[in-house]
Amino acid sequence: MTRAAARRAALVVLLLAALAFPAVFTLPFPRHVMIMIFLYGSLAVAWNILAGYCGQISLGHAVFFGIGAYTSTLLVARAGVSPWLGMLAGAALAVIVSQAVGFPVFRLRGHYFAIATIAVGEIVQTLVINWDWAGGARGVFVPIKRPDSFVNFQFNESKAVYYYIALGLLLLGLAVTRRLEGSRRGYYFRAIREDQEAAASLGVHVAREKLRAMAVSAGLTALGGTFYAQYLLFIDPEAVFPLSLSILICLVSVLGGVGTLWGPVVGAAVLVPLSEYTRVWLGGTGKALDLVIYGALIVLVAVAQPSGLVGLARRMAPRTNE
Amino acid sequence: MSLLSVSGLTKRFGGVIANRDVSFAVAPGELVGVIGPNGAGKSTLFDLVTGFQRADAGRVRLDGADVTRLRPDEIAQRGVARTFQKLRPFSDMSVLENVMVGAFLRTAEVAVAREAAHHALASVGLADRADAHARGLSTGQRKRLELARALATRPRLLLLDEVTGGVDQATIPGLVRLVRELHASGLALVVIEHNMRVIMELAQRIVALQLGEVIADAPPSEIVRNPRVIDAYLGQAWRP
Repeated sequence: MTRAAARRAALVVLLLAALAFPAVFTLPFPRHVMIMIFLYGSLAVAWNILAGYCGQISLGHAVFFGIGAYTSTLLVARAGVSPWLGMLAGAALAVIVSQAVGFPVFRLRGHYFAIATIAVGEIVQTLVINWDWAGGARGVFVPIKRPDSFVNFQFNESKAVYYYIALGLLLLGLAVTRRLEGSRRGYYFRAIREDQEAAASLGVHVAREKLRAMAVSAGLTALGGTFYAQYLLFIDPEAVFPLSLSILICLVSVLGGVGTLWGPVVGAAVLVPLSEYTRVWLGGTGKALDLVIYGALIVLVAVAQPSGLVGLARRMAPRTNE
Repeated sequence: MSLLSVSGLTKRFGGVIANRDVSFAVAPGELVGVIGPNGAGKSTLFDLVTGFQRADAGRVRLDGADVTRLRPDEIAQRGVARTFQKLRPFSDMSVLENVMVGAFLRTAEVAVAREAAHHALASVGLADRADAHARGLSTGQRKRLELARALATRPRLLLLDEVTGGVDQATIPGLVRLVRELHASGLALVVIEHNMRVIMELAQRIVALQLGEVIADAPPSEIVRNPRVIDAYLGQAWRP
């Protein structure tokens, strides 16, 4: 069996296992952990398109997550619009906002860009906190609908449906990334990451390509935001717009390996269970322990293996060609 | 008509005038050398022509069309490629992928770009390093890589910022031969070069810059006898 065929077989097995998981694990908690892995995985995959491939480190991605969550929630709570339509509207709005923000902010480079995205995130969160119609600091409830229905995007009887939707989001992000990797745009993104002057000298419209990376990344992130709102049925600015979320998305990718297809998924598969289980084991008293462990892991990755867990695996795998 | 014509180009950085009223032209298929001491404004001139810097005054024309205000990618689109004095490989990409980025200017098809990149790599003698990481190349190989990348955009005019700078003596003849082959294939080139032996051998005409101004524009045989060039750059040892 060739290497490529082995890879494909492994992927099929992995996918089948993911599909069969809810049938084997019927308790809510393991399903919840998997849902969180898929959700954070999909957010990290989306972030990775802009930061990992195109090299623009954003620490403001919670903005797009929050836009996704708030758009669908406000539409359903104030106008009775199906969250599925709200999801699309949220993604569209996130894309528009990403372009409006990206146009000025992309003039900055490296650390300055990252700092500016933090500022944008803080500004948006403050605006929403003071926006009474959108619930202000108290947040908004998604109106509970009975019975469960697909149209309402509410499934109170079993987490299985949420599980498959989250898996779908992750697979969508991976498919977009995979397609990007094999296209001219993907090469352009990486060229910009490596050296934007050299890319420009070869005919790459740097500003436009960065905006495209931002658009794709923002849209996918917003989808996750809507999912989150429908899963928890309550959102507030502190939950969906915090800087800590932006940083977590970044950490998940960095731990797994930026600029790789599977890195963000690996990162989520390591960090999310760590966080969820320490929360359960230690309860309120150990509230920050998962963050301490995150911190330690990140320091470890930064020092020992900057290309993340995926990079580590690649280095340990037998070399086939170079 | 000249392929590239530069007229009255002026660029200031604060109080420093990097280029003052620079004018010269390049005919199709011509190889023009640019010489001058450090800080004479040679690289700034390249930056102005390729859109990386905005001129304070003056015009850059390609085939008679004004391109002074265009972005670098638009200049590349119009058939002008360049290399950089400080090498700028896409370090974390393979040699082949580096060159494919250039090839994508003329095609959106990955397979076509890959084919064109292989071709460009073969033409600079790097075919056997196609799958290597760009960061793993020697300086001489990186120079060839940047040449291949620029060539993959299928330029009509190629601006080379120091062909032999920073490479060892043994590597120079190969690079010079490569430039001569490119010229022989009909490509127009403007070459910044500090190695006088090399530029005398290659160029049909040499533009000499000093403190941002053109002090001579003549065939190599006249340049070496020009008293201003000797004083500014060559030194008394060259005085015949």
